[in-house]
Order: sequence, then structure tokens, then C-alpha cells
Amino acid sequence: MPNVTYITLIPLLPMAGFIMLGIFGRKYFKNTSGIIGTVLLLISTMLAIHTAYGYFFEYGKLDGIYQKMIPLHYTWLEFSKGVSIDMGIILDPISVMMLVVVTFVSLMVHIYSLSYMKGEERFPTYYAFLGLFSFSMLGLVLSSNIFQIYIFWELVGVSSFLLIGYYYNKPNAVAACKKAFIVTRFADVGFLIGILILSFYAGTLDFNLLIQKLTSPEASEFKNAVTTSFLGLSGLTWGLILVFIGGAGKSAMFPLHIWLPDAMEGPTPVSALIHAATMVVAGVFLVARLFPVFSMSTTALNLISYVGIISALIAAIIACTQTDIKRILAFSTMSQIGFMMFALGVSGFGGENGIGFTASLFHLFTHALFKALLFLCAGTVIHYIHSNEVKDMGGLRKYLPITHISFLIACLSIAGIPPFSGFFSKEEILLAAFQHNIIIYFAALITSGLTAFYIFRLYFHIFWNKPAIVKSDHKREGGLSMILPLILLSIGAAVAGFIPFGHFVSSDGSTLENTLHIEFSIAPVILGLTGIFAAMWLYLKQNNRPQKIAASMSVLYNIVYRKFYIDELYLFVTKKILFKLVGRPAAWFDKNIVDGLVNLTGNATEYISNKIKVVQSGKVQQYAMYFLFGIIGLAVLFIYIWK
Amino acid sequence: MNLLLLILIPLFTAIAVLLMRNPQHIKWVALTGATTQFITALWLLLAYQNERAAGNHFQMLFEQRYNLFTSWHISFHLGVDGISTAMILLTAFVVIAGVLVSWKMTKMTKEFYFLLILLSLGAYGFFISLDLFILFFFLEIAVIPKYLLIGIWGSGNKEYSANKLALMLMGGSALVLVGLLGLYFNSPERTFDLIRLSEIGISTETQKICFPLLFIGFGVFTALFPFHTWVPDGHSSAPTAGSMFLAGISMKLGGYGCLRVATYLMPAGAKEYANIIIVLSSIAILYGAFTTLMQKDLKYMNAYSSVSHCGFVLLGISMLTKTSMTGAVMQMISHGLMTALFFAVIGMIYERTHTRQINEMSGLLKVMPFISTIFFIVGFCSLGLPGLSGFVAEMTIFMGSWEHPDAFHRIATIVACLSIVVTAVYILRAIGKTAMGPLKEGYANLTDASWNEKLAAVILVAGIIAIGCAPFWLNNLVGPDTQLIMQKILLTQ
Repeated sequence: MPNVTYITLIPLLPMAGFIMLGIFGRKYFKNTSGIIGTVLLLISTMLAIHTAYGYFFEYGKLDGIYQKMIPLHYTWLEFSKGVSIDMGIILDPISVMMLVVVTFVSLMVHIYSLSYMKGEERFPTYYAFLGLFSFSMLGLVLSSNIFQIYIFWELVGVSSFLLIGYYYNKPNAVAACKKAFIVTRFADVGFLIGILILSFYAGTLDFNLLIQKLTSPEASEFKNAVTTSFLGLSGLTWGLILVFIGGAGKSAMFPLHIWLPDAMEGPTPVSALIHAATMVVAGVFLVARLFPVFSMSTTALNLISYVGIISALIAAIIACTQTDIKRILAFSTMSQIGFMMFALGVSGFGGENGIGFTASLFHLFTHALFKALLFLCAGTVIHYIHSNEVKDMGGLRKYLPITHISFLIACLSIAGIPPFSGFFSKEEILLAAFQHNIIIYFAALITSGLTAFYIFRLYFHIFWNKPAIVKSDHKREGGLSMILPLILLSIGAAVAGFIPFGHFVSSDGSTLENTLHIEFSIAPVILGLTGIFAAMWLYLKQNNRPQKIAASMSVLYNIVYRKFYIDELYLFVTKKILFKLVGRPAAWFDKNIVDGLVNLTGNATEYISNKIKVVQSGKVQQYAMYFLFGIIGLAVLFIYIWK
Repeated sequence: MNLLLLILIPLFTAIAVLLMRNPQHIKWVALTGATTQFITALWLLLAYQNERAAGNHFQMLFEQRYNLFTSWHISFHLGVDGISTAMILLTAFVVIAGVLVSWKMTKMTKEFYFLLILLSLGAYGFFISLDLFILFFFLEIAVIPKYLLIGIWGSGNKEYSANKLALMLMGGSALVLVGLLGLYFNSPERTFDLIRLSEIGISTETQKICFPLLFIGFGVFTALFPFHTWVPDGHSSAPTAGSMFLAGISMKLGGYGCLRVATYLMPAGAKEYANIIIVLSSIAILYGAFTTLMQKDLKYMNAYSSVSHCGFVLLGISMLTKTSMTGAVMQMISHGLMTALFFAVIGMIYERTHTRQINEMSGLLKVMPFISTIFFIVGFCSLGLPGLSGFVAEMTIFMGSWEHPDAFHRIATIVACLSIVVTAVYILRAIGKTAMGPLKEGYANLTDASWNEKLAAVILVAGIIAIGCAPFWLNNLVGPDTQLIMQKILLTQ
């Protein structure tokens, strides 16, 4: 049986690091904070691997099916009978797989940052924030309650905010962290309302019970959820769509992706951890977690597929034109997450139908490895060149040999060239798409061609193209702590594809055989190679072909270069509409109308009392006159009117 | 546990302050009084929980009764339940923090501390009275000091603000008084006793007249739209401790009154008018948030955000479910702690930079790491980050509101949910402009918090985190009593 103490320690150790370094770091652990954070995470990683081994090979399986276990469960906040936020731990294939991915990548980033962030003034704070993030992300994947996942969902959001804004004195970084938080917050409102809807129908917040109640067609909750309709969609579908909006915000899906490229203002290792490997795939994880319920609603699944493929395609197109190395990788991340999303969208539930589900999480797994690798390599390059712009790079293969090889492995992997890991997961995704939706399949084929092109455009730009401009005084590839993660991740990115992933993760816990159809993989591989050769022709040597092509379609190029003007559209909506048309009138209304009425009451009272105060003049003659008139008036009243 | 202690400690502290001459001594006396009160409040919590754990099922615990005016059936009747215990704790937290942040007050120190303590006396008395007459008496005690605090120690347009605040709150009190008298004269048995009144019940006709009087009257205190305009001016002109008390304690008097007096005594009235209040509070939540968006002054920003956050309190009460009411009480506590901390931080920043304009500051994190970190924490609490108290309260209200399956309540809940985005926008804008960014020229020599400021902040942050990370204790404290209120509502058809 699972060892509960070990599993709870996995997230709690980084949290302990956060508290310790956050409060005392500046004073007592100025230089040792990196080591402390790394050691804590190392222990977490070992515990995670221990747990994964135990779950997958010892106690996880019952009758050939991986079980959902809840070894820890604790009522945190009870709303009403049966409806409560519980803090619990769920062990099932996806959570265990994510445990390993998150701790491993986080550990790599911790190690890498030892040299990369050395000498930073807020070094302890950096490691404290990394600890907070690791805690939140691990808590997220272990959540057994839908509200618990929302809690950690917000916490990863705030860790991301803090880390993007790490260089807080740079206005760009401040703007970026605000943008990231607000855009995801907006999506989270959808998630929150989705939770409210789902929990209302299911009468519980517990994942297992919720899934059970919403998927068994006999249950009255289920009937309620699918029969009540609003705007033509059932209550269940609305709930799922709203939950998906939350996921789409966090996973930077179109049209909520605008925060991700800007998030690259954070330190590069942070981009590798949060904005490539772990947090941004939380949306995929969320849909996978609720997949049995999602599979009840074709509308929701179709929405997921189309949002996924549109994001994948658009991001790949934009990535071809960008010039900032990290932004190219950010768009690439968005595109790859699009792949994972539509793979879930085209998946069915159970047995062979669930191939999309397995493929999606397989791709999540391999992507975490090769994308983290890409970012860390980019970090080394940026560290060396002191610039993010590809135009300042070139010919670095001689100066950064290990980085060069690692980057190449990652590029081949993401481009889907066998036998690197990305090839296997992408093939499965394409297969799932091919079986379910041919339009998505073709769009995905085009996207994978583009992927190969943009990533090799980047590769040739950095390592070949023009001769290097080198500052000789610089240590080349950082210390061992920067090289070791590259090597480990390269090995992962190269061989992870051979893991029989379907044996471990499938939609219903049963074993799914990975079958590779050679004849099926010909088309994507050829497209990938075409992309690579196109990139080679354009960028291997310095030439003016790229400019010519860009000039020949300048209008189109500019639209893509400006990212389809989506940012400008958002700016227009928020600045012009929300601030000027809602905020300002509200403030004006409050000041002049609501408060105006209050002041009017006050002024009117003052005015009236001013008018009548002259009566009390203090002059006896006047009073005598009032008295006289009063008597006469009363006399008239009594004698003539009242009688 | 003798509840009289809760009134006597501030009373004696206030008298001691009056007798002192040396400002240094006055401060220490005030701090000692506040600390004693703080310990007493914690003791009350423990004693209360022990009694409950021992199986005491009376609605009110530690009851005491002294006849004041026998012929009018007015008695000095004290007692606490979970809700009032929670409110007393909140008051104790805010008072001790308020005393600590005013440590450098040099202008008329004696009078200042006297008024602060008097105000807290009013609040404590208010929360433990079970007789409507003395409840009203304490309510008034809590109003008058505010006028002087703003008028004498305030800043900006302080006379105007003090007048406005006092007049509007007096107006609210007047409505409360009329409502209370209405209850008194229309109940079969002439009594002001809260428990007795709820037992004998009030006729539906009386409820329909008295409920709006009492709810609006108390509502003015807790920024019921459209009677909220005293909030921004009052808070902004008040001295730091004054704003803390105003937002942290005074506004809660209203919320508590709405729940304990209006809703509890008049469930039929509550049902009758619930929809109107829901509309008003939803407006307050979203409209308050949008108005906050346009504020340039930190204090105005926090004051308007209080309008929005207190809208949640009224929304939770008017949703009339057990969960939403529990959420409303949680929101009162959470908002009290949070907004007191917010004003404390703004005061600290203002003391150093001499400005409250968001656009005039930049990069404070560099020179004031402690103050800025607290600013981040309190901002995150305001925007509802899990782990801090705001999240727990808001989510409880949302869950409670969602229990109603009809479209009207759904829309109100969604409107309230939307406000969390707007909140995030204004909070991050303020933090981004002031704490982050490049350090402004001339700020290099600013100092970080002193010991008293640190202590005040740590106390309030501890409260916020205690609720945010372990909400179950507050939920268990308050839940049974909101359940009782709910039962009364369910009984009226």
C-alpha cells in the first residue's frame, strides 16, 4: 500500500523550503539557499520516483486495471452536508506520472539555477518562489477534490506571477506578470462557475464521486444535468465548457494565450519550469482528470478539439516570424499544448477508443522533457550572448558544444523525427486525430511541418548562420550545474519515446498497446524533414532569402509578426471599453449622482435652516409682532373657520 | 468566563488614559489594555469552544442579566454565540494593531487613545448585548468617537468627511432606533430582549415595516448601496488607526446588526425583501469594484474596495442559505482583518513617501521589503488568493448562493464572481505601480517598518493566514449559529 507520509512529504518539502527561505533567507541563507532548495527538491524527487515505482509495479493494479486510490482525505471546509472542500491525495496513473514529471523538471531547474542565478540580489527569494511553485504544482496534481485543484490552481498562478515579476524593477516584467495573472484570473472565473455548476448537479466536490454521479446514466443527478438546458446546451455541457475555459486560460489556448509570450520576461529557468513543462499543461491535466465526464458531452469535446487545433496552428505560424528566442519557444509551447488538447478532444473513453487520451498525456510527458531542455539551452545561450534576439546569435556550435548537441536532440524530438521521443507521442496524436476527425488530422499535419521549420530556423540561427561574435572573457557553458541538467534532459528527450506509455496511462486504467504503424508515419516524417530542409535552405548560411520572402508577402508577414493583432484587440477592449466605458462612468456616477444626492440633502437642509433662522432674530418688537399676528390668526381660525 | 470583563477592561483603560499625563505612559497603558483585551478575547474563544465541546447546547453562552429599567423591561443582558465570539476576536485583533500603528502619534495623544479605546468599548458592548436597547446604546458609543477622530486627527477635507460620516451614520442609527421601537411596541410582550423577541415571534405585518428600517439602518454602517458614500471620504480623511477601526470594526457593526437583529428577528421580512437586497449588493460588488478601478489615491482605492467587499457580506446574508450566511460572517472577519491591515500598510507608506497617489510612487520593494511584502500579502488576500482569508469567505458565499437553482440567484452569483477579476486588476495595478517598478529618485533613503509596525502587521497577517489555511475552526464556530438563524427562516412560509 502507498506510504502516505512519503507522498505528503513530496509537496510539503518544497513548501517548507518556501517558508524557511521566504522568512529567513535574506538574513541567514544568503548563499546557501540554492543548496537548501535543491536538496529539498531532490528528496521530493526521490520520494516521487519511489511512489511511482510502487504504484505502477507493486500496488496500483487490481485485476489488470490501475485503480484510483485516495490514501489521504481530510475535510478542510464543509459547506453543507456532503459538499466540502477536502484536502486529499489521489493516486492514479496521471497524477503519479505528473508527480515524476514535475519533481524531475523542477529539480533540473533548481540545479541549473544554482549557476544561472548566482550573484542575483534576491537569490533566496528566487528559491523560495521556486519552492512555492513546486508545492502548488504538486498539490495540484495530487488533488482529490475539484475545489482543492482550484485552490492549487490559483496558487500556481500566483507563483507564476511572482516569478515572472522576479525582475520587479523592469517595467516590462511588471506588465507581463500583471497580464499573466489577470488573463488567467479571467479564465478562472469560468472554472469557478463551472465548478459551481458541476457540484450543484453532482452534490459533491469529490472527484471520484463527482465523476461517478455524472457518468452513470441511471443517476438522477445525471438526468438533471443533461436535461436542463440553457441556450440550447445542457447544464452538464455548460459546466464542462466553463471548466475548460479555466484550463484554456492556464494552458494559453487561443484566444486566452496572450499572456504566455510576455511571461518570458521571467528568468529563463522559470520559463522552462512553469511556462513550458508544468504549469501551462495544467489545463490538459484538468481535462484529463475530468475526462470521464467530458467524454459524456460531444459538444464540449468538439470545442476542445477545435480550440486545440486552432491554437496549435496559429502559434506555429506566429513562431515562424518571431525573432526573440524565448518568444519563439513560448509560441512553440502553445502550439504543442494545442496538440495535447485536441488529442483529448478527439479521444473516446475506454479501451482502444481512448488512444487520444494516452497520446495526449504521452505528449505532455515527452514535451515536458524536450521543451524544458530547449529552454535551458536557450538560457545558456542567453547567458553567453547577453541577448534574446536571434540576430545577435550565430555560429555558436563551436563555443557551446554540449548545448549545441542537447538543443539539436530537443529540436529533432519536437520536429517528430524518429527515434526521438516527440516522434512517438506525436504519431499517436495524429493517429487519434486521423481516426476521429479528418479535418483536424490535416491541420495537425501542416502544423507539424511548420513546427519542424520554425524550430530548425531557430537552431540554424543560433548555432550556424553567421560567424559568432564572441566575448572571450566569458565562461563558456556555465558550471557543471548548468551542464548536468542539459545532459540528463537530453537523455530523457532522446529515449523517452520507447516507454510503453499505454501500459501505464490510459483513459480507463486498462492496458493499451502502443502500435506504431510505419506506413502511417511516413507522411508526418516527410513533412517534418521538408520543414527542416526549408529551414536549412533559408538559414544555414547567411543570405537574403528570408528577407526576400518576407518582403514578397509583407502584408501577411506583418499580420503574423504582430501576432494577428490579438494583443491590440485585448488592449482595446480593456483600456477603451472596460476602463473608459465602464470604470470611468461608474466612478463619475458615484461621485456626482450618488454622492451628489447626499450632498444635496445636506445643502438643502442648510439652505432651509438659513431661510428660517431669520425668524429667531432676538428682537423683542419682532417677537411681539409675531405674537400679535399669531393671536389674530388663531382668533380668526377659531371664530370663523372652526366654529 | 465573565463577559463583563470585555466591557470593563476597555472602560478602565479609557479612565486610566484620562488620568495619565505623560504621552509615553499613555501609549503603554493603551497597549497594555489592548493586549489584555486580546488575551481575554482568545480566552473567550477557548472557553466558548470548551463549553460547546462539553455539550452545552444553549443558544447563548455566559449569559448575564441585570435589570436596568424594570418598568420598561430593559435589562443589561449579555451573552455570546459563535458569531459574536468571532466578531469579538476580530475587534481585539484590530484594536491591538491599531494601537501599535499609532505609536508615533504626537498630537493630543491622550484624547486620541481615549477615543480609540472608547470606540472599541462600543464595539465590544455591541457584540455581546442581547438586549436591543443596550445594543443601540453601544452602537451610538461607537459612532461618536469617529467624528472626533476624523475631525481632529484627520487629513485632507476632514471637516466635510467627518460631518458626512457622522450625519449618515446618525441617519442610519435613527432608522435603527425607529425600527427597534417598532419592534418593542408591536410585540405582544413589551420587551427589548433579543432572545425573548425571537421566541414570541413578531407579526408578519410588523416585520414588513420594521425589517427595511433596521436593515437599511444597519446597512448604512456596512456600506449598503446607495448609502455608501460616507465610506470613501470618511476612510480617506481618517488617521491610520481611525481608518483601521472604521473599516475593520465599525462596518462590521452594521453587518452583525443586519444578521443578528434584522434577519434573525424578522425572517419573514428577510424573505420579503431578500431579492431587493440581493440586487443592491450585487450592484455594490461589481460597481464598487469598477469604481475602485478608477481611484488614484491608495486610501480611496481601499475604501471603494471595501464597498465591494462588504457587498459580499450583504449578499451572503440576503441569499438566505446556511452556507451563504456563514460565508457572510467569514467575510466580515476576513474583511475586517484584511482592510485594517491594508490601511495600516497605506499609513506606513504614507508616513515615508508623504503621498498616497499611486502614480507618484515606484519601486518601494527595493527600500521597504517588509512593508512591500505585507502589501503583496494583503493585496493577494483582497483578490481572494487561497491560503488567505478572503478566498475562504468568498467561496463559501458563492457556494451558498449557488444552492438556489433559479435564474435570478444564479445571475447575482455570477455577477459577484465576475468581480474577482476586476479586483485582481485594481490590486495588481496598485502593487505594480507602487511596490514594483524602478526605484523612484529620492526614495533611496526611506526606511523599512519599525518594531511596532512590524508587530501590528504580523498580528493581522497571522489572523488572515489562520483563517485562510485552517478555515474549519471558523466554520465550526460560526456554522451552528447560522444554522439556527436559517432554521427560523425555513420555519416561516
